Amino acid sequence: MNEQTPPATERAEKLKGLGCARKRVEDARFIQGKGNYVDDIKMPGMLFGDFVRSPYAHARVVSVDKAAALALPGVVAVLTAADLEPLNLHWMPTLAGDKQMVLADGKVLFQGQEVAFVVAEDRYIAADAVELVEVEYEELPVVTDPFKALDPDAPVLREDIADQKEGAHGPRRHPNHIFTWEQGDEAATNAVLAGAAQSENAVVVEEMIQYHRCHPCPLETCGCVASMDKVNGKLTVWGTFQAPHAVRTIASLISGIAEHNIRIVSPDIGGGFGTKVGVYPGYICAIVASIVTGVPVKWVEDRIENLIATAFARDYWMQGKIAATKDGKITGLWCHTTADHGAFDACADPSKFPAGFMNICTGSYDIPTAWLAVDGVYTNKAPGGVAYRCSFRVTEASYFIERMIDILAIKLDMDPVELRMKNFIRKDQFPYQSALGWEYDSGDYHTAMEKVLKAVDYDGLRREQAARVEAFKRGETRKLMGIGVSHFTEIVGAGPVKNCDILGLGMFDSCAIRIHPTGSVTARLGTISQGQGHATTFAQILASEIGIPADDITVEEGDTDTAPYGLGTYGSRSTPVAGAAAAMAGRKIRAKAQMIAAWLLEVHDDDLEWDVDRFVVKGAPERFKTMTELAFAAYNQAVPGLEPGLEAVSYYDPPNMTFPFGAYISVMDIDVDTGEVEIRRFYALDDCGTRINPMIIEGQVHGGLTEAVAIVLGQEIAYDEDGNVMTGTLMDFFLPTAVEAPHYETDHTTTPSPHHPIGAKGVGESPNVGGVSCLANAVNDAFRAFGHVHAQMPHDHWRVWKIAEGLGLHG
Amino acid sequence: MIPGPFEYHRPASLAEATGLLAELGDDAHVLAGGHSLIPMMKLRMAAPEHLIDLQDIAELKGITREGSEIVIGAMTTQHDLIASDELAQAVPLIREAALQIADPQVRYLGTIGGNVANGDPGNDMPGLMQCLNATFELDGPNGNRHVAARDFYQGAFVTARGDDEILSRIRIPVPAPGHGFAYEKLKRKIGDYATAAAAVLLTVSGGRCDSASVAMTNLSDTPVFAAEAGAALAGSDLGGAATDAAVAAMLAAIDPAEDNRGPVAFKKHVAGVILKRAIARATKRANERAA
Amino acid sequence: MAKMHVKMTVNGKPVEALAEPRTLLIHFLREEMCLTGPHIGCDTTHCGACTVDLDGKSVKSCTIFVGQANGAEITTIEGIANADGSLHVLQEMFREHHGLQCGFCTPGMIVRAHRLLAENPDPTEAEVRMGISGNLCRCTGYQNIVKAILAAAATLNAEKEAAE
Repeated sequence: MNEQTPPATERAEKLKGLGCARKRVEDARFIQGKGNYVDDIKMPGMLFGDFVRSPYAHARVVSVDKAAALALPGVVAVLTAADLEPLNLHWMPTLAGDKQMVLADGKVLFQGQEVAFVVAEDRYIAADAVELVEVEYEELPVVTDPFKALDPDAPVLREDIADQKEGAHGPRRHPNHIFTWEQGDEAATNAVLAGAAQSENAVVVEEMIQYHRCHPCPLETCGCVASMDKVNGKLTVWGTFQAPHAVRTIASLISGIAEHNIRIVSPDIGGGFGTKVGVYPGYICAIVASIVTGVPVKWVEDRIENLIATAFARDYWMQGKIAATKDGKITGLWCHTTADHGAFDACADPSKFPAGFMNICTGSYDIPTAWLAVDGVYTNKAPGGVAYRCSFRVTEASYFIERMIDILAIKLDMDPVELRMKNFIRKDQFPYQSALGWEYDSGDYHTAMEKVLKAVDYDGLRREQAARVEAFKRGETRKLMGIGVSHFTEIVGAGPVKNCDILGLGMFDSCAIRIHPTGSVTARLGTISQGQGHATTFAQILASEIGIPADDITVEEGDTDTAPYGLGTYGSRSTPVAGAAAAMAGRKIRAKAQMIAAWLLEVHDDDLEWDVDRFVVKGAPERFKTMTELAFAAYNQAVPGLEPGLEAVSYYDPPNMTFPFGAYISVMDIDVDTGEVEIRRFYALDDCGTRINPMIIEGQVHGGLTEAVAIVLGQEIAYDEDGNVMTGTLMDFFLPTAVEAPHYETDHTTTPSPHHPIGAKGVGESPNVGGVSCLANAVNDAFRAFGHVHAQMPHDHWRVWKIAEGLGLHG
Repeated sequence: MIPGPFEYHRPASLAEATGLLAELGDDAHVLAGGHSLIPMMKLRMAAPEHLIDLQDIAELKGITREGSEIVIGAMTTQHDLIASDELAQAVPLIREAALQIADPQVRYLGTIGGNVANGDPGNDMPGLMQCLNATFELDGPNGNRHVAARDFYQGAFVTARGDDEILSRIRIPVPAPGHGFAYEKLKRKIGDYATAAAAVLLTVSGGRCDSASVAMTNLSDTPVFAAEAGAALAGSDLGGAATDAAVAAMLAAIDPAEDNRGPVAFKKHVAGVILKRAIARATKRANERAA
Repeated sequence: MAKMHVKMTVNGKPVEALAEPRTLLIHFLREEMCLTGPHIGCDTTHCGACTVDLDGKSVKSCTIFVGQANGAEITTIEGIANADGSLHVLQEMFREHHGLQCGFCTPGMIVRAHRLLAENPDPTEAEVRMGISGNLCRCTGYQNIVKAILAAAATLNAEKEAAE
């Protein structure tokens, strides 16, 4: 240091590193309408693709007559399965080890399934041509109930694998059965339950908890522009891809085009939420059309197509049993889940986890004995499911356990907070080995819960609620008050290569950094933001590691030609995995810089210490080299034993998942006569470990909570018995406006992850995990005083009314 | 998302518009605000070959007072209805209902004429017009005729308007000063069609109801003017017994269908709740305005 | 189908083109005018991502045929910046208050907010929420959007007072 050196705190502030509420660098283009989304792309000669889709949920395709469509001026091609078969592209592998029709091959299995792909000079002609394709169908009996799908005489849906007794995940016991996945100790759990049932000092509760079918519905639908350059043999595809490298590898494997000749680019993406992880028929058809025609082909689906045909989320029927002592200590948990996957298992899970991380369903609780079994089933619905703003199946698992806890609390006549506190994993128990196989990294659940209880005056709320019940009974009000509590533990950051892979691709992630001579930085990652602000936040991680201001660091993602290989962004994995890679790459940079500094300062490496943005000689603080000086030196000095330049790459294989957690409390007033639910208060405390950018965290929480509001209060992909989608447009698919979205209060505690380089855990999806449980618990809680135990979501007006009706509250 | 092709016409006068309709026949459709028709065309559920855009026709615009009536041109937008202070003074029920239709953008272009003419049982204005005992003017090749709103609706998307007629004006008798009014609408979210809606207009003097008019929306395949419900309120003290009688009469007049909003039992129940709220609010207003 | 001749003013510039009568205004703006700021997010006139300003009205351009816009004055997000090219206060406040994440709803949201503040220069929070009820967002939960709009209103009102 010298007199001109500003103090460390000031220098750290200038970096806008970890912890800074740095304004987003992405905003400049979006607020001016200069984003570059897939449908903004225009290329000379570009054609448009559009699908002919099945109106039936289950039918044979008897014939497809393209003649009228082909005769329309401007129509270039009409592709069917027969056209794709010679390329072996009429079917494609799914991410879950199943296969899926790209275009109807002899039959259709869900309403909206792709039958033919029309390619035309513009989207208006393509739309006209779609109307002109004549398809003859022969209807078949429809199966929409996953339980009935396993009846001995149920119609066989997947005739293509009807004889296969082995699926990708083990034996299949029925033609409509996909897999059985088990975790935990069945015998021990059954013994605990049996013992509790017979004991006077114990209780067992049992309930069927359904998490209904939803859809991530990002504001931008899925789409791509595929461009095959026949001259130099290179295929480029711009698309709504949350995992661009995985798409490149898959595209190479199924098309036969060498991977180095494929470039996948994810431009700006208008929200992902899991919808944009998998590969859809539209991408394959656009690629084939481009290869066949030699010009770029664009495919962009409309909203109805997105809702009825792209991957749904949830649709889990979770039968639960929980045993506890009479004073509230949980002794065992049993869960059997029926998973409705629709017509094809297109679940985007790590390949060894056909039910994702459902085995996090012991939640935040120290449950000594547990057993989980999941049966996957085919039905005549759209294929999937995806992890909608969650890590794989974590929303389902968390909803399941948080409802079971509340139901147990009713049986024990206990307050739901009291029951939780009694069973929380204690801080000193971490790292905690759960009965279903996970090692939770860190947590301090009691502190989080206490903080929230104090902030909302929980006891005061319960008193108010009790008074309201009395007022209701006296006829003074028709509104009941519900208090919802949830304490969730998530498992995110997939994940360690030894057990996490997508189609064999290990779920590491990466960061490549290059420091330029004048001290600014280009960094590239294997992840891809769809609104999470990576260009802003990853620069902050790097700034804190390498001492160069975030404003001088450009972060790029999404172009497989330049970005290091990574598995993309979903399941809150970017910060845990790519963020770690960024930190590690930054440390490699700093290690080399340290050696350069040592040589320049003529000291030993160990004689230097790092001080925010420079190396300082220990004991001689006036002798230092800033990172900016070292950057130039890397290009300018011949340092013995070191190559010139200053760059590093890290491929980070995380040692474990991370386990963010949170305590949420909501308060609502319910009109028992109309079923209207008004959320009066929502207090969300999140612990995501080290907090990179508080402003962005808050934004993620607001957004995730609003998705939770949607899911609990009415959002649903509903089918009738004939497999017709009842909620295929935004008229009926509930998305809240600014009027329905409540005001949120956010809070935090910080319990770093011990194994993560900067202690960060990820947060983007926590609110959707905790929010649904919290709000659903509030609705059920409102009616507890009248003997109500559990009602299935969604809690839209008529279903809330039905609870009240069933309890005789309508007089 | 993409509509079928059509030819676009933009006449400058009502006579020109009706002439076009007569000439083009079944293949033609008028275009008002377009926010009912165009969404149908984009889904290819409607495919007129000719669209006759009415936006330039001056005689279809404006809100004027003609003696004891307010006359509203069919091309008056919901936004214009809300913005009109004269209308808010004379017939405040209209502003209250218009604010609950769709969203700001749709209200800027959606017209009262479009909302009442197409016979969509989900629209808010038809029931309102029946409550107000409005009259619709229809212009066609045979001249101008009047049809009461209460006689206009025959079935879902079926009205008394001939295919060659244009609904040009709406005439509303101005309710008595100090009248009570309420438009109560239960909906799944702001801007949605009604799960159940009730329009109530009433006059009160000396603690008794002199006259009452009740109309219900989206509880049948047409709006329902519940004459017996109004009759149950007229002459009463607007207390519990009268309200219950009005609800019972209303329930006998509606015929809701099950849909995504809920089953029939639910709709009937909330229809009653909504009507009671509307009556209560209308009564409160009448009493306040009398004082 | 024969094309029709259309003339309008877009972001202050006169525009003339031939288009099929069935061309939706959103497609005309995005494809013909290459203004890709307004977006398409649904097909039932719900989401508002296509919102532009037309003759002083906020409108959903996905539900207007190009012929209906003949002779109109249209402003898209690309025309919201100040005359000297600096960002409008609304644009600045959206950035300041983290009123956007993926950015897809943002053009429609800002153009709507711009008209909202012209209708009502000093709205309450409830009025802002009602005022943007025709614009859906999946990322932000609206809270920071509302904050940004209120902040812009406050700034504009302060500037107006200072000028008086």
